[in-house]
Amino acid sequence: MSDDGGPTNVGTRFDRLPATAAERTVSGRATREAVLAFWANRYGIDRAVFADHSFWERGAGKLWAFRGDIDSPAKVQGLGMTVLRTRQEHWKPTLEATQRFGRHATRNCVRLPQSAAERFLAGRDQSLDWDGDWGYLLVTHELAGDPEPLGVGLYVHGELRSMVPKGRRREL
Amino acid sequence: MSMLERYEPLVDDPERFRAACRRPLPHAVRVNSIKSNIARAETALTDAGVTHERADWHPRLFRLPEDQPGANWPYVHGWLHGQEEVSVLPATVLSPEPGERVWDACAAPGSKTTQLAALMNDTGLVVGTDADVGRIAPLRSNAERLGVTNLAITHEDARNHSLRPFDGTPYDRVLVDVPCSCEGTVRKNSDVLDEWTLDRIEGVSGVQKGILRRAVEVTRDGGTVVYSTCTFAPEENEAVLDFVLGRRSCRLVDFDIPLDHAPGVTEWQGETFDPAVRRAKRIYPHQNDTGGFFCAKLEVTGS
Ligand SMILES: C[S@@+](CC[C@H](N)C(=O)[O-])C[C@H]1O[C@@H](n2cnc3c(N)ncnc32)[C@H](O)[C@@H]1O
Repeated sequence: MSDDGGPTNVGTRFDRLPATAAERTVSGRATREAVLAFWANRYGIDRAVFADHSFWERGAGKLWAFRGDIDSPAKVQGLGMTVLRTRQEHWKPTLEATQRFGRHATRNCVRLPQSAAERFLAGRDQSLDWDGDWGYLLVTHELAGDPEPLGVGLYVHGELRSMVPKGRRREL
Repeated sequence: MSMLERYEPLVDDPERFRAACRRPLPHAVRVNSIKSNIARAETALTDAGVTHERADWHPRLFRLPEDQPGANWPYVHGWLHGQEEVSVLPATVLSPEPGERVWDACAAPGSKTTQLAALMNDTGLVVGTDADVGRIAPLRSNAERLGVTNLAITHEDARNHSLRPFDGTPYDRVLVDVPCSCEGTVRKNSDVLDEWTLDRIEGVSGVQKGILRRAVEVTRDGGTVVYSTCTFAPEENEAVLDFVLGRRSCRLVDFDIPLDHAPGVTEWQGETFDPAVRRAKRIYPHQNDTGGFFCAKLEVTGS
């Protein structure tokens, strides 16, 4: 329930994020401004990368990025791709968003050698020599001669935990 | 009568037709331009040790004579999508432009939806509809893996497709890749031969007519509708076209494809169809060593 008596966060429909906190009617809902600031501050992804995307919440905390815009609320079964899990202390990017937008990132990216990338893709945790921030890192590896974003890992206590969702894990 | 015997009167070379239908089909992948390009995908396949050969008729297609499409790095990154070779045709014929509004009326699991999105550079709007709730998740998952963000997914019967979530604005182009008896997929799945019945053909043709009729209704004047099936039965192909030609303001248009094919048939088992159905294309397995396919292009003319 929203604490101001306004619309609630309904699980079966998509609601566009308010532009800023001043326009927010559902408590706890992220704003477009906060989402852009998150990608820019944590990963160095320029706000312009998302200029043509609208952001939507379905269910509590799961955000979707949709190229273009339609009327909100939208009664549809999908709107672009899931990009971010919010309503938790540390927001967590999705694997899909990492692969789609991660090449614009300039920080909190870790490049894994091939065998480590294979372990990561299989869903296994591994030790990592990393002296940057703790928390969610964008994991890349080399593909066809260039670094390519693969997914999200959680770095804590010298360990990289694979956040690859079960359905996307593979043993290569 | 068996399925293959039924269509022998339609084909130029029944023996080659029969032989081709019995040969298994190699896997193929389409390169996804939203996340990669042909050169990089080819390098990644080589580096992964996946044997591949470029299809001569479509620059983004590779055949994988020895491997499954799903277990290699470029697939994991959404650079590739496993898709039967001939099934890249309808989206190519529809040929949507960046920025347009496009409806994929029977979208799941999204091979053609994601191809449409890629042809549009992931701009404009693609609405992907499917009536089977169990196929919505695979559609979403394929679209996400391939990096598609211009897609809205609806779960509904395409015959009653609602434009309400989308401003009521009609589409520039619609793809109608209907459920069908799948006779043309016999090379992938030989059960098709054993499970084939005439009832199935008759049961599905009503749905096909209803979906194509709705597609024409929700397309703007001058817009394009492509109708496709992976089946040989004229009941599911020319008869469906004949039905909408008689009821909606639209016409069949000529188009070129880089594959050998036969024209649509104007007569079948005592029924005759509008002569314009000859503009549709029938693709038999022996002609290009692919699966079987049917494809027609319509222009909506307005009343
Ligand atoms: C040939 S398959 C589509 C394949 C898809 N276009 C692709 O390329 O991946 C036909 C689809 O139509 C769906 N379908 C069946 N009846 C329908 C209806 N009345 N409205 C919308 N979709 C329907 C089926 O669930 C099935 O997913």
